[in-house]
Amino acid sequence: MIPENNLKPSPDFTAAPDERLRRESGLRKLLRRPELGAVGGAVLVWLFFAIVAGDRGFLTLRGTANYLEVAAELGILAVGVALLMIAGEFDLSVGSVIGGAGMITAILSVELGWNIWAAIAVSLLASLAIGAINGVLVNRTRLPSFIITLATLFIVRGLTVGITRLITGRTQIGGLDAVPGFDSAAAVFASAWGIVDPTSARGVTANFSVSILWWAIAAAIATYVLLRTRPGNWIFGIGGDENAARGVGVPVARMRVALFMVTAFSAWLVATIQVLSSGGADTLRGEGREFYAIIAVVIGGTLLTGGYGSAIGAVFGALIFGMVQQGIVFTGVDSDWFLMFMGTMLIIAVLVNNFIRKQAAEAK
Amino acid sequence: MSANMGADAAVPALETIGLSKYFGTVIALKDVTLRLMPGEVMCLLGDNGAGKSTLIKTLSGVHRPDAGAYRVNGVAVQFASPRDALAHGIATVYQDLAMIPLMSIARNFFLGSEPTIGRGLLRRFDVKRASQIARDELAKMGIDIRDPEQAVGTLSGGERQSVAIARAVYFGAKVLILDEPTSALGVKQAGTVLRYIARARASGVAVIFITHNPHHAYPIGDTFTILKRGRTIGTYTKADLTRDEMIRLMSGGDELDALEHELRTIGV
Repeated sequence: MIPENNLKPSPDFTAAPDERLRRESGLRKLLRRPELGAVGGAVLVWLFFAIVAGDRGFLTLRGTANYLEVAAELGILAVGVALLMIAGEFDLSVGSVIGGAGMITAILSVELGWNIWAAIAVSLLASLAIGAINGVLVNRTRLPSFIITLATLFIVRGLTVGITRLITGRTQIGGLDAVPGFDSAAAVFASAWGIVDPTSARGVTANFSVSILWWAIAAAIATYVLLRTRPGNWIFGIGGDENAARGVGVPVARMRVALFMVTAFSAWLVATIQVLSSGGADTLRGEGREFYAIIAVVIGGTLLTGGYGSAIGAVFGALIFGMVQQGIVFTGVDSDWFLMFMGTMLIIAVLVNNFIRKQAAEAK
Repeated sequence: MSANMGADAAVPALETIGLSKYFGTVIALKDVTLRLMPGEVMCLLGDNGAGKSTLIKTLSGVHRPDAGAYRVNGVAVQFASPRDALAHGIATVYQDLAMIPLMSIARNFFLGSEPTIGRGLLRRFDVKRASQIARDELAKMGIDIRDPEQAVGTLSGGERQSVAIARAVYFGAKVLILDEPTSALGVKQAGTVLRYIARARASGVAVIFITHNPHHAYPIGDTFTILKRGRTIGTYTKADLTRDEMIRLMSGGDELDALEHELRTIGV
């Protein structure tokens, strides 16, 4: 190892006080945070729907539980994808992994009669294997991860549909709630806290899904890793300049494989939550989720080319996503407009983030 | 100079004898012999394509030599990776990829060698200590940073090179390989970098300094090694070499004379 305290002070030299030192204002420090745009955006979106749809249920506990659940399922995925994107890579296969992992759990438990925990464990291993394959392929071929994972997107989806039909003759499997171990698994992945809304005269119960807790845990771990661990520093380094990072001894290839396994893990967690809360699996589950996750991450202030971003930003990106998707329903406007709205948000987010980053990089 | 001095005599910080490197049928380096003492600055001079980059990469563990001996502090070494070379005290600062602009100075300073606090699962990056050390170390080197949390992108080119050199010295570099650290810099900033090289030398670090600029090389260099078409064609000490001779060697020497002659005949 490298000695850490090999100090070689030059005794003849003492630092002169810097006459250019200027106290940095709190505002400027805040401007440096990548997630600032997404936090501001989330507040604006919330205010918008509070005004437009506040009297139609957006502000109720139930409405809140509603959009938080939508945000949570995307947020879990986005937090994993954020780590990978900060390291400068894409994973387009996560949507297919959601479909594949859910199907593995369903086939093993419903068709083969396994205990659901064993089925969940096998689907976890399969997901991690796909992540590892993505990482190794990117390392070995030196092709852009965009291409590699675009290929695995189709391969995994194709395998999921093909194998499921081969075994069951169908593309959907239900009846998970009857398999052994379902109740305990559902308690972990698909339970909810019912809270009676005190403002509602009829005593409406708002169900806060446990996926919100998983989302918070994922975000907390990712943030801790990014800001307070060595691998976190490596993630920024690899995304900022892969060769420079390698030059100072960062294990770039190993980190990359690990990060693709992290995104696959996030996809598996989403799949497991979906399978247990719906009681069934569908080969097409998770379609398009890879792009939603990227949108959430980019709205969250992560640079598309890597090296800059945050997991908290991805949390707020997913929150915006959830609020818009459910908020549109509350306004009574046709939800067909949702996609247009998200696309517009993406453009605005990228422009705002570019501006903020420029400010940060030039703040001397 | 005797090649085999007694055990009490100084051991070269870095030494290569007959180092060669081939890429397929291309001979990139052939019989490169270098000898670098602690606290010595060796200027590595040579035209584009002379093999400077290959030599640096071979010394710093990116390439493995195909033939020849490579010794660090008198011990034969064979590096598996740049990290391995770093662990042996060979640190390389590349001109273009010295620093990551969007990361803070402190995070850049410790990238790959982060100080940690706690044990087991609680072992974490000691951000506070990293900032403190970065600030102190740079202050010791006389590097004028405003805030270790500021992005490296906000520093000037010379400051970035200086931070990279300070980092290498802090992490116990015994040999510092500097790949054209001054080539993209203005006069004042290049002066700053040369000053840090001198400071590193004063603390006993051996430096290999690659540059195209004779006005940067001559004041700081103790020895000058000329590389041409993958071979070392000579090592000169400063006493052997005047500034003009060095400039002549650097700029291609005889070839330039021939060219001058040729141009003159065309002109007349």
